[in-house]
Amino acid sequence: MANRFRGGVHPDDSKLTSTQAIRRLDQAQFLILSLSQHIGAPSRPVVSVGDRVLKYQSIASPGGFVSMALHAPTSGTVKAIEPAPHPSGRFVTAIIIEPDGLDEALDLTGNADPGLSGGPEAWKETIRDSGIVGMGGAAFPTHVKLSPPEDKPIDLVIANGVECEPYLTADHRLMLETPDEILEGLFLAMEIVGAKKGIVGIEANKPDAAQVMRKADLPDGVSIQILPVMYPQGAEKQLIQALTGREVPTGGLPMDVGVVVQNVGTLAAMNQAVRQGRPFVERVMTLGGPLPAGPGNYAVSIGTPLSHVVEQAGGLKGPAARLINGGPMMGQALAGLDSPVTKGTSGLLAFGPGELRQLRQRACIRCGSCVKVCPASLLPHTLGNMVEFQIFDQLRDFNINDCIECGSCAYICPADRNMVQFIRQGKAELLAMAGK
Amino acid sequence: MSTVLAPSPHVRSSVTVETAMYGVILALLPGVLVGAYYFGINALRVMAISIIACLAFEAMALKVRGKDLSPLKDGSAFLTGLLLAMNLPSGIPSWMVVVGALVAIGIGKQVYGGLGYNPFNPALVARVFLLISFPVALTSWPVPKPLSLSLDTITGATPLGEMKTSLLMEGNVGAAAKMNLIDPLIGNMGGSLGEIGALALALGGIYLLARKIISWHIPVSFLGTVFAMTGVYWLIDPTRYAPPTFHIVTGGLMLGAFFMATDYVTSPVTGKGMIIFGVGCGALTVFIRLFGGYPEGVSFAILLMNAATPIIDRYTRPRVFGYPTRKEARA
Repeated sequence: MANRFRGGVHPDDSKLTSTQAIRRLDQAQFLILSLSQHIGAPSRPVVSVGDRVLKYQSIASPGGFVSMALHAPTSGTVKAIEPAPHPSGRFVTAIIIEPDGLDEALDLTGNADPGLSGGPEAWKETIRDSGIVGMGGAAFPTHVKLSPPEDKPIDLVIANGVECEPYLTADHRLMLETPDEILEGLFLAMEIVGAKKGIVGIEANKPDAAQVMRKADLPDGVSIQILPVMYPQGAEKQLIQALTGREVPTGGLPMDVGVVVQNVGTLAAMNQAVRQGRPFVERVMTLGGPLPAGPGNYAVSIGTPLSHVVEQAGGLKGPAARLINGGPMMGQALAGLDSPVTKGTSGLLAFGPGELRQLRQRACIRCGSCVKVCPASLLPHTLGNMVEFQIFDQLRDFNINDCIECGSCAYICPADRNMVQFIRQGKAELLAMAGK
Repeated sequence: MSTVLAPSPHVRSSVTVETAMYGVILALLPGVLVGAYYFGINALRVMAISIIACLAFEAMALKVRGKDLSPLKDGSAFLTGLLLAMNLPSGIPSWMVVVGALVAIGIGKQVYGGLGYNPFNPALVARVFLLISFPVALTSWPVPKPLSLSLDTITGATPLGEMKTSLLMEGNVGAAAKMNLIDPLIGNMGGSLGEIGALALALGGIYLLARKIISWHIPVSFLGTVFAMTGVYWLIDPTRYAPPTFHIVTGGLMLGAFFMATDYVTSPVTGKGMIIFGVGCGALTVFIRLFGGYPEGVSFAILLMNAATPIIDRYTRPRVFGYPTRKEARA
C-alpha cells in the first residue's frame, strides 16, 4: 500500500471480544427512544402517550433534512414522552415504550424491494424513512451523506471496517457474520451516488474478517483492502487518505474529493431497509473492558437502558470507576448506566478502580510527541498551552478547528495533559467570541 | 456507584515525564562510569554535590513558590544536577558546584516557572555562568588517573585547548593533526568529568534513540554538521585545521549532541525544526572552535540555538491537513 495517513498512535488494541459471536439480549422493561440521538434537528414524535405501537412502527418523523425518523423496536405501549437520561449526561426528550412481550410486528412486505426494482431515488427515500444514521459513532443521518450535490461527483464509496478504537469488536463480528449484507449495502450506496468503485477498508488485526469478505460475492468494482493497524484510521478523512492519498480540504467533506464513507454496520442496515423494508431498530454493540462478567457483542434494541445490557450480560464484577460510551479513545465517560443505547452506541466499556492509569497533569515539556502523532498536522501542545493561559485570539491561526479530537496527542503526552479537553474548550471560546 | 467523568481519551501511553527523565539518566551511566574511572573519587564528589544541591534548590524554589514538592520526583532536577556535574572539571571546588546548582535551578529553571517553561538548558546556563565567573577553575582540567582515591590532582590541557594554544604559538594545529583517537574514544584525555568518553556517551545516545526517548534529528544533524564543516576546513589546510575525526571525539560534542541539545524543553518540536537546530548547533560549535577565543564551543552553541528555538518553531509549522501545499498555493 503506497498511502498511509499522517501521524497516529498505537494503543494496545485490546480486542478481547473479537471471538464472541453476536448474541441477542432479552427485551428490557422499558425503552428510552431519545428524540436526539443523531447529529441534526431532533425528531418529532408522531405517537401519543397511551398509544399501542407495533414493532417497526414509525414513532417519530425527521425534524428537518438533517434529522432522522424513529421506529418502535418492539410492540408495546407509549408510557410517556418526557425528558429522560441521555448519554450526553443531560436529560433529553424521549419516547418511553413499555414492551408487551409479544414482539408483534408490522407487515414489512409493502416496503420491501428484494429485487431492487425501485432504483436509487426510491432506495434513498427508504433509507431516510428507515431512520438510518452512521453507526460508527457520529450518528450523522445516512441519507444526507448519500445526497451529494450534482457538482460533487462521487467515484468511490468506502465501507469503513477499520474499527480502530481499542476494545470495540462489533464491526469485526458483523463482517464475519454478515459479509453479504455489508457488500449488498455497499452496492446500494455505490448505485445511489453513482460511484463505480467501492473499497472495504479493514485493519490488519482482523485478518479473518478480511478473508471472509474476500471470499464473499463481491459486487463489480469492489475490492477489499487491508490497512496496517494505526489509530485513528477509522476517522473518515484519515481513512480516505490511507486508501486513496486524497486529502479532504479544510472545512470540507469527503464528497469534496469524490468519496462517500459508510460504516459497515450502516451499510448492513441500509441493505435490510431497502431489501426487507426493515427500519433501524436494533444495533450491535460491544460490551467490554475488564469489569463486565459477560463481555461480548450484543444485538440490542435502540432505547435499551445500558444497565439492562450489563445485567443481561451477567453484571459487573465489581464497582465501576469508569464507564465509557464508545471506545476508550473518543468515547464519553458516563456517570451511570441510566442512559439508553442510541443509534450511535458502538460499545460500553467498564473499568474498575486502578484499571486505568492514574493521570497527573503537568506543564508541557515540549517533547514534540503530540506534533508527531497529530493526524491533522496541528501543534496540539501550542493549542493546549494557549487555552491553559487563556490566549484565545491566536487559536484560529493555529487551526484549532481542524482538530478532529481523536485524542492521539493526549494519548501520547508524557505530561498527561488533557489536550482534547483544552481543545474543546478553545473551540467553545472561539464560538463564544464569534457570537458576541 | 461513583465513576470518574474524565475527558477522552481514557487510555494513555505508559510514557511519562519520569520515564523520559530517568531514561536519560540511565543512558548517562556509561559516561558517568568512564568519568568515575579516570577521575576517581573527585568525579563522584562533584556529581554527588551537584545532584544533591540541585534537588535541594529545586525543593526550596518550589516551597518559595508555594508549590507541592512532587516535581522533585520527576527526575528533571536530578538530571540537571548530573548534567551540570558532567560539564565541570573534576577538580572544581565544592562550593562552586553549589553555586552552579543554584544558577541552574534558580536562574535556569525555576524563575521561569519550572520544568517546561525554561528557554535555556539549565545545566548549560550554570556551566557558562561558572565558566565566565571562574575561568581558571573551570579550565583547570585534571589529568586522567584511573581509579584515583585522592582529591589532589595534577591538571593539564584538553586536546582542543592544546590545539588552540598551538595555533596561537606555532601557527599550526600541532599534535591534533595526528593524535591517536583511541584515548578520547575511551575517555583517556583531559576534559570535564562527563565529556571524555566519546564511545560511552555515544552508547548512551544509541540507547536513547532505541528507546525513542530522543529522535535522530538533532544528534545526526549536529554531529554531521561538525564533521562536514571541520572536514572541509581540514581538506583546505590540514596544518591549520584538525581532522574531522578529531573534532568529533574531543570536547563536549558527544555529550552535547546526545544529551544537552536534545533537551525537549529547549529544542524545537518538529523534525524539520530539530534538523535546523542541530545544524545551527554544529555550525556555531565549529565557528567557535576554529575561530573563537574559547577552545570549545558546544555549550555556547547550544545556548544560542536554545534562543533561536521559538523562531525555528514558528517557521517550521507543519502544513495542516487539508490546506494547500506551498507548491499548490503558488500555482
